[in-house]
Amino acid sequence: MTTRVFSSGIRRREDPRLITGRAAYTDDIKLPGMVHAAILRSPHAHANITSVDTSAAAAQPGVVAVYTGADTDGVLAGMPCAWLIPGSDLKTPDHPAIAKDRVRYVGDAVAVVVAETRYQAEDALEHIAVDYEPLGVVINPKDATQDGAPQLHDDVPNNIAFTWAVAGGDTDAAFAAADVTVSDTITLPRLIANPMEPRSAVASYLSAMNELTLWSTTQNPHIARFLSSVVTGVPEHKIRVIAPEVGGGFGSKIPYYPDEAITVFCAMKLGVPVKWTETRSENYLATTQGRDHVEEVEMAATSDGKITGLRTTVYAGMGGYLSTAAPGVPTILHGLMYSGAYDIANISGTIYGVFNNGTPVDAYRGAGRPEATTLIERLVDLTAAALGMDPAEFRRKNLIPKFENGHDVATGIIYDSGDYELTLNACLENADYAGLRAAQAAARAEGRLVGIGMATWVEICGLGPSQVAGAVGFQGGLWESAIVRFHPTGKVNVMVGSSPHGQGEETTFAQIISEELGVPVEDVEVIHGDTDNTPMGWGTYGSRTTVVSGAAIALASRKIKDKSKELAAHLLEAAPEDIEYEDGRFFVRGSPDQAKTIQDIALMANVAWSMPEGMEPGLEASAFYDPPNFTYPFGTHLAVVEVDPDTGHIDLQQYYAVDDCGVQINPMIVEGQVHGGVVQGVGPALWEGVVYDDNGQPLTGTMQDYALPRADLLPDINVSSTTTPSPHHPLGLKGVGEAGTIAATPTVYNAVMDALRPLGVNRVDMPLTPEKVWRAMNDARNGG
Amino acid sequence: MFPSEFTYHRAASVAEAVELLSNNDGAKVLAGGHSLLPVMKLRLASPPALVDIGHIAELKGVSADGDGVSIGALTTHAEIAGSELVQQRAPVLAEAASRVGDPAVRNRGTIGGNVSHGDPQSDLPTVLTALGATINATGPGGSRSIAAADFFTGLLENALEDNEILTSVSVPGVAAGAGTAYVKFSHPASRYSVVGAAAIVSVSGGTCSSASVVVGGVESTPTRASSVEAALAGSGVDGDALAAAAGAVSGDFQGDAMGDVYASSEYRQAMAAVYVRRALEAAVSRAG
Repeated sequence: MTTRVFSSGIRRREDPRLITGRAAYTDDIKLPGMVHAAILRSPHAHANITSVDTSAAAAQPGVVAVYTGADTDGVLAGMPCAWLIPGSDLKTPDHPAIAKDRVRYVGDAVAVVVAETRYQAEDALEHIAVDYEPLGVVINPKDATQDGAPQLHDDVPNNIAFTWAVAGGDTDAAFAAADVTVSDTITLPRLIANPMEPRSAVASYLSAMNELTLWSTTQNPHIARFLSSVVTGVPEHKIRVIAPEVGGGFGSKIPYYPDEAITVFCAMKLGVPVKWTETRSENYLATTQGRDHVEEVEMAATSDGKITGLRTTVYAGMGGYLSTAAPGVPTILHGLMYSGAYDIANISGTIYGVFNNGTPVDAYRGAGRPEATTLIERLVDLTAAALGMDPAEFRRKNLIPKFENGHDVATGIIYDSGDYELTLNACLENADYAGLRAAQAAARAEGRLVGIGMATWVEICGLGPSQVAGAVGFQGGLWESAIVRFHPTGKVNVMVGSSPHGQGEETTFAQIISEELGVPVEDVEVIHGDTDNTPMGWGTYGSRTTVVSGAAIALASRKIKDKSKELAAHLLEAAPEDIEYEDGRFFVRGSPDQAKTIQDIALMANVAWSMPEGMEPGLEASAFYDPPNFTYPFGTHLAVVEVDPDTGHIDLQQYYAVDDCGVQINPMIVEGQVHGGVVQGVGPALWEGVVYDDNGQPLTGTMQDYALPRADLLPDINVSSTTTPSPHHPLGLKGVGEAGTIAATPTVYNAVMDALRPLGVNRVDMPLTPEKVWRAMNDARNGG
Repeated sequence: MFPSEFTYHRAASVAEAVELLSNNDGAKVLAGGHSLLPVMKLRLASPPALVDIGHIAELKGVSADGDGVSIGALTTHAEIAGSELVQQRAPVLAEAASRVGDPAVRNRGTIGGNVSHGDPQSDLPTVLTALGATINATGPGGSRSIAAADFFTGLLENALEDNEILTSVSVPGVAAGAGTAYVKFSHPASRYSVVGAAAIVSVSGGTCSSASVVVGGVESTPTRASSVEAALAGSGVDGDALAAAAGAVSGDFQGDAMGDVYASSEYRQAMAAVYVRRALEAAVSRAG
């Protein structure tokens, strides 16, 4: 008999090796004869390269080779953009792995040195002489679209890579008829993902076989194989991509990077394995970043508090080039979510994807949805304030009422299920909202600046139906597959194409198998991250792995259960329809004592001594799961802050999260995801943001300047949940990986703005550093 | 993250360290490594040689020195913060040491490294200046003592000669009954002080009988708040009086206030008044 572990917070099975330092990451890979690459990066944000002289570098001790863009030109294809959003006039200018004649951000690759040791490679970089002719620089995404702004790509006028629109209803009419309209300009700072493990690649190429093996810090090894093939020309079936232990990604390890292509190029040229591992400084320059939005937004409402319209113009910075999935982030994952948790009949948005002289921007935890949720939730608060309504009441009045199986929103998508008021009520109750407001009133009477903020949010997860992927220009599918294989001893391997890297699916996937087939969770080994021994899959991002791969595992398990029933019937000399299953045991109805366990079945299926007529040996099943719809998790978060009127410091004092991610496989992991997500979402509200000077030089190039959230700056996070199953998912799952990050930014931003309301301050650009808040307070006090 | 090549020398004594420095042009002294190694990894500094003084026993520890304390250069911030002797005789130094960086920095970083690096946003230079501490150094020509007020000469510059090693810091005991405080506006990433204020205040009969007030983080070296001290002399110590005195700090900056992407010079100067007031309030509340 097994202990049921589904929906229980068992400890993560991957943790012992992680917390004892025994996990093997890409940089731990050591191959015989391996040499080391270091990449020279542009110190200019925008410049023509007039000459590159590598001769002195090539003569340095230990140097094996030095390559420039002239060497890779025509050998490596351009870096592919793989999300070609339709109807947008998308332009995808050439993105060479190594810049040929022009650099477009500080960090753009200019040359690579390969040497016997990493130190030698780094030393030799200093001997490459590059002549640059600096060009004009533009950083702000809106500024970049203005006439006369420096042009990054000659064939992209006004730096507009694409213009994408979303529309539903008649927004202009709604605004014309509105009793109240509010508007705001919201800046979502550029963010650095900061996974604990920097990126790394090891490439080994056997020319006699034309076989390439690439160890890579990727969130999606099968996509990395596909794109490696596109870029290097090695056929896909001759490429093996291995993602060993990957130490976090937060989206920044989705893209296929120039650095991987360069590493492969070097290995193919030299015939020896090559390793490249970025430094933390490089990570801050060359690893894709997130957000970088300037959002001009408006909301319309009736005088009795009904939202009637939402309109946006968004300038989304793309950086110097379009990264792998970049165009989809501020469009499909952003604009389609403009209805939020609310019933809004009229919505329109215009999104400009804009080249600017920064590091390329791509998906970063939440990817498009924090940017959408922030603008919606800010407008909701502003509208409530304009109407003199309590923001919680105003939300309640506009929430989409509870629905269990499908709700159309104006942007054209169909939410799966939701009970938004349930999470709002739970959050208000957990926080004692009435008590908080009373305490706030008392504090305000003393001149203290206490604020309460909230966000009632919904996100799009479980990516997603492949047909929709195709319709929105994603150059791949979004299904997942799993192979569940029973060994003669009853132990199980499950192979998946997704690629968990910290989220705990080695535990939750085993919990699914255990639940479906009654095997002890410790008898299940989850295999992932190697294209040679896992089935095809599209990777881990977008809160999709547990949802989509989990469904495939459940479906494969159910196939095994069906076969097991038939085999049990044969062994028990009964009809299959008389076989019952309970907790890993198959028995003839009424005779539970004469059961065949799943382990018995596994042995008999594998030895195949006595099989029913026509039944194949073995106990193994594979399933492909293509979701019929996305999933739409939701929740309500609430924060309490106090602002120091003398300094502008913000003290985040209380935080409440109520999340609904559908059925939970492991509540402890869910809570952990919410914790981490909230912290990552508070970051840009209060501390995080890349700052460039006017020349495009990053002023936040180290962790001494770029302020990551730290434990002593955060309160305990009160986490709870409700459960509204997804109606279309085999297990009722919705996903939770990004929830906290989506909710926390607007929650904390709204709280600070609420604190500053008595002074008349309505907006401050994030991150809300003390000086910015202090200046806003001073301006308000001085009547500005 | 990959420093340039350098040679490494480990000194067993101060004399050997001085000799190694003299024999290696451009060599740098390595103690806790918390200031030096990061700039080497970024190749902002590429010294050809390091002289590691981290194993010289005579440079470690806190001892009584008259009514004050003598603190060896290799004493870590955590050891200073936890030293009963320091807590009793110069509590403001223990308070400041307890706020340096984070636990990892405090367990590894040393007072000697901190002071000789002389980052203007560092905590200890501010407090040592307020305390009237003395910096002791040994070089080829022997040993000498330098007043803290004279030690910090500019941005990351100090009065140490080439080949001279900071050996200890002598801190006079705070006068009986004086209240002391160090308050800082901590940078959220680096934990350096955007503004730090140290105050040592004696109160007699409800008025301030003496005050030493120093501000760090605003200028390239610690700023003695003479205007504040003058305003405090003989003044009351109620909130309004302290606020008025603190406001005078703006007159103490010499026009080279620093600014960066996180905090402008204007903001730092405004915060100096706030943090000086808070330091004074805390010091007065602790005065007996």
